[in-house]
Amino acid sequence: MSALTFTLKIRPAQRVDMSPLVCQQLQGKDPSDIAAIELQSGNRKLRADELFAISGSDAQHIIIKNSFDKLDFIGKELNGGSITVEGDAGAYLAMGMAAGAITVSGNAGLYAGCEMKKGYLEIAGNTGDFLGGTLPGNKMGMKGGLILVKGNAGERAGDCLRRGTILIEGNAGDYCGSRMIAGTIAVMGQTGRYVGYAMRRGTLLLWHTPPLSASFNDCGTHTLAFLPMLFKAFAPLHSKFADSSAVFNRARRYAGDMAEMGRGEILVKQP
Amino acid sequence: MIINGVTIDATFAEAFPMKATRAIITAHNEQWALIAAQAMTGFATSVIACGCEAGIERTLSPEQTPDGRPGVAVLIFAMGGKGLAKQLETRAGQCVLTSPTSALFAGIYSDIKIPLGKNLRYFGDGFQIAKVIGGKRYWRIPVMDGEFLAEATTGQVDAVGGGNFLVLAESQPQALAACEAAITAMRKIPNVIMPFPGGVVRSGSKVGSKYKSLNASTNDAFCPTLKGMTATDLSPEIESVMEIVIDGLSKEDIDQAMRVGIQAVCGLGAAAGIKRVSAGNYGGKLGPFHFHLQEIMA
Repeated sequence: MSALTFTLKIRPAQRVDMSPLVCQQLQGKDPSDIAAIELQSGNRKLRADELFAISGSDAQHIIIKNSFDKLDFIGKELNGGSITVEGDAGAYLAMGMAAGAITVSGNAGLYAGCEMKKGYLEIAGNTGDFLGGTLPGNKMGMKGGLILVKGNAGERAGDCLRRGTILIEGNAGDYCGSRMIAGTIAVMGQTGRYVGYAMRRGTLLLWHTPPLSASFNDCGTHTLAFLPMLFKAFAPLHSKFADSSAVFNRARRYAGDMAEMGRGEILVKQP
Repeated sequence: MIINGVTIDATFAEAFPMKATRAIITAHNEQWALIAAQAMTGFATSVIACGCEAGIERTLSPEQTPDGRPGVAVLIFAMGGKGLAKQLETRAGQCVLTSPTSALFAGIYSDIKIPLGKNLRYFGDGFQIAKVIGGKRYWRIPVMDGEFLAEATTGQVDAVGGGNFLVLAESQPQALAACEAAITAMRKIPNVIMPFPGGVVRSGSKVGSKYKSLNASTNDAFCPTLKGMTATDLSPEIESVMEIVIDGLSKEDIDQAMRVGIQAVCGLGAAAGIKRVSAGNYGGKLGPFHFHLQEIMA
């Protein structure tokens, strides 16, 4: 049984809500029913087969080909199975995902992995602001799972992160880990201003010393036993984080944000 | 049955269902992992007065431990889950948390989970940090030498306690030498511990006593100095008897440990003063697990 494949035929001018095209909603449906699914685009509803050439039948493995940055809500609340995006993804990629895996070969827009509960999200390119963050007005961002970004992340990555891990191989924008409640964010590249702004708990693992706010206190350099275990958990990934040369256990610890609860930490790799 | 001149009695060891868990202690080097493990499994020879039976199962190489440091696996057995959890927590808190450079991990997983670092975290006085790594929850507890890392829970499994055999010899040194040989062989078997000092008991007990306050008392039938004044089980040439008690995660594990232990004893044979191998039981009425010596050695 080959993967259920949606190949984009036209690029609509308006953004498209892709949330109906997730594994659990397509499971067991006839090809004609899938073709007739209506997708909101601007103020219109488009049939799936107006936008996509549809082939294959395995709804647990969905491939979206020729994808571009106006396809929003791909994999929204995905609850098992996998979605492979060939090209870019729009905003709200993997929003509220409960299980499964989503991989994107290109870039992703705003709010990728926001309020994700579990599962695996991999973005080969760059991603927009609020990666793994929370929607405006809500209190908790990502609550579990793993996000791997091979490129750069925008501002406020991991905003209100509650649990789970965000790995960024490239750079992260300003306010990385803002309002973090718990969880782990690792950034191999550079970070912007206000790292860990108002973080309560959680760990920011950095390869480069960031410009730190005055509300982070230096706790000195330490050998931390949990770091090799953390890297061991990354070993199965196809990522720089899985490389044995990335592993370290010696880090400078900054506690903060003292303007908030102050139980969080920024760990910076030490030689 | 006679093996190398040693008579294997047509009797059986009687054992009981217990609850067990395994914990892995790691440290900066094997020496300190062993120190923590020895402290944690100290005063844990018998559930009668210690609350649990515990011992070092084996040492672990860095490749075998979760944090890549040298480690030691310990097994703890108790009569019930509540008692097991209490003993584990007390011993982990007083003996492992306190031991320099130590870390503590689950050594067995099951649906029934008992706290390992889950409650020890409160020692961190609010500075403790939880980390979920690979689906498992760990606690990082700040301590004076750095951080104490402890997995939140470990598994509780059904187990068997009280497997045993007796070594009857012509002299005390010969009985001891035979038991040492047995213990050396049995320590290579996984999933078992021999909880008594050095793995050997010299004060085997019977059920009951002439004193009302005691549930158990010396096994006079096997005491060589009482041969002339009690219903002895010893022939005239026996001068010393020692016992090896085995707790294991399954009946098969104890079977195997008893087999290699008795083989080691018989390897020394009658020439080394070993005359008989017997076993302790309560007539088969108390424990559901029976280890028939001749069946095990067949």
